[in-house]
Amino acid sequence: MKFRDLAELAWRNLREALLRNSLTTLGVGVGVASLVAMLSLGVGLQEMANQRISRSGLFDAILVAPRTNFRGFGRGPQNNANNGPDLPPAVPVDENARKTLEQLLDVVEVYPEIRFPTEVRYLGVPYSTVVAGVPPSGRTSGSYDGMKGNFFSGPSADETILQIEFAKQLSPQTSSLIGKDLVLRYAERQELPAQGDTNSKASPGADDADSSLSSGFSVVPKEEKLRIVGIVETEPAAGFGGLGRGRVLIPLQVAEKLRVAQANDFRTMLGARPGKITYQSLTVRVKSPSQVKDVEDSIKSMGFETFSLIDATNNLRLLFAVFDLLLGIFGSLALVVASLGIINTLVMAILERRREIGVLKALGATDGDIRKLFFMEAGAMGLLGGFLGVLIGWTIGMGMNFATSIYLRRQALPSITVSSVPWWMVASAISFSIIVSLAAGLYPASRAARLNPVEALRYE
Amino acid sequence: MPSADNGFALRTDRVSRHYQMGAALVHAVDDVTISVRTGEFVALLGSSGSGKSTLLNLIAGLDRPTSGGVFAHDRNLADMTADELAKHRSHTIGIVFQAFNLLPRMTLEENVELPLRLAAVDRSERGPRVREAIQRVKLDARLSHRPAELSGGEQQRAALARALVNRPTILLADEPTGNLDSITGDEIMNLLHEQPRAERFAHRMIVIKDGKLGSDGTRP
Repeated sequence: MKFRDLAELAWRNLREALLRNSLTTLGVGVGVASLVAMLSLGVGLQEMANQRISRSGLFDAILVAPRTNFRGFGRGPQNNANNGPDLPPAVPVDENARKTLEQLLDVVEVYPEIRFPTEVRYLGVPYSTVVAGVPPSGRTSGSYDGMKGNFFSGPSADETILQIEFAKQLSPQTSSLIGKDLVLRYAERQELPAQGDTNSKASPGADDADSSLSSGFSVVPKEEKLRIVGIVETEPAAGFGGLGRGRVLIPLQVAEKLRVAQANDFRTMLGARPGKITYQSLTVRVKSPSQVKDVEDSIKSMGFETFSLIDATNNLRLLFAVFDLLLGIFGSLALVVASLGIINTLVMAILERRREIGVLKALGATDGDIRKLFFMEAGAMGLLGGFLGVLIGWTIGMGMNFATSIYLRRQALPSITVSSVPWWMVASAISFSIIVSLAAGLYPASRAARLNPVEALRYE
Repeated sequence: MPSADNGFALRTDRVSRHYQMGAALVHAVDDVTISVRTGEFVALLGSSGSGKSTLLNLIAGLDRPTSGGVFAHDRNLADMTADELAKHRSHTIGIVFQAFNLLPRMTLEENVELPLRLAAVDRSERGPRVREAIQRVKLDARLSHRPAELSGGEQQRAALARALVNRPTILLADEPTGNLDSITGDEIMNLLHEQPRAERFAHRMIVIKDGKLGSDGTRP
């Protein structure tokens, strides 16, 4: 029998026992809906976590530090004997290194970690806090979406964004702080003039920085007036800063311009190349977390020490994979129950249509035709149930999103998307529904095909 | 007709069909040898339970013999696979049942079209063939009626149209008038007689008794 004729006969049979077949299809639909709702929750939460992770700036970032930084003071970068036979020569983390790292493939930006504890004054009252430089990418990362006020008007604007807990210390009405000024007090590093050491300039080919070698620096108290332009829940993209989360955020360019004395300045002064400005560390941000490992390996081969949370992201992915698997298994249970409904419906259909099967065989239907007919009926129930299930599952997901948003809004929190139904899930759920239905149709179809036509024709 | 059949549309060669019913072995058909020529009209007679239907089932390829052979156009059905038997039923055999066996959910037209669907005949060919078969049994006005809306005689005529639509070379009718009154039964028998060439041959009567061949002779 031709496919179209089989399909027409199957459709006719399904229509004839409309109520029973509709209920069975609804059962499949509920099973698929349960699966879709569960998986959409898993996927939605994973997407939310990925988004949060991405915004945190922890998982697409690599911390680059001089290798000697992790070996204690007093070991200059030139002291290659200490680096071990397999490691490339250690390289200082300075402006040259920053430019070199910026040239690497898949690197979005490279910036120094500037974060220092200091004092700010608001309306003449001093407050101790931590100031952090925010790179230009902060504007487009989406990390500041939903903040009160605005992002910095420019990369060198004398403006600040306050973390809300700190803002509350300044004024309980945090919104009223926007547009006001605060004064940042800090210790500026000022280089001392170079000593008359002629040997330091003797070596030909030494870089320009060597010509400005100084014997040290002095620390001068300074003030900078900053306009408050925004209030943010927490410091996004906090990086790996060891000094805690910044509570007063300023443009990175402004932070660099301030030349605030930092802890590594003392180490630099005591090191082999005093006077040359080095960074405590550089943060290298790559396009996506999946590129972290390759870029990190490249940076290591250049003689730097690196650190990333790539293992943590891998573990997180593993965790979500297991989470999705468990949700999928629980969701599938309803579909398994629904498949029993299909078996029951088709076995009932065999009993009812026993004589009809006998007639079809007497008129020339092969066992294969009968098998395909029942398969097609099972598959049609799976297909319709799959579409119905995806629709119900998607509606449940939307309902979860809606309910979650209402709940969070009542808690004065920003709304989030907990359920997501991507196109691949729609296709997979419908395919899975058809496969399960066909599997459920195996036994009835085989039983119908094996019916003895003489006995079937005798059946009343 | 193919020349290989030596003029016989079908023949049985010492065919037997035995059933095990609990401890008893039932000899439904026992060692029957008959032959039917192409175009011959043969009546198989016998009391209830004598084995007529079992013999027809064996000839139709719905059942397989315990021993012996059933040959349709000299092809032994016992050598055929299940799919080949289905093809045999589809292309060589037309069957009319005592209980009509029309599918109740289909219209008359759809019932008659069913053998063409099963034989994978092109859609463009089906319409004319279905109409021709229905015209032959004079049911043109009942095309869209379901079996429940037809009388017994009409249902049997519809069953006859269904049996003929695939142009079989062997038409088997198992007590086609058994469920009909005598007038309607005569109508059906007349229709069966109208089949091409049937009337040109001598009519034979084969009598089956307790599964065995009783007598085989021309009708007086």
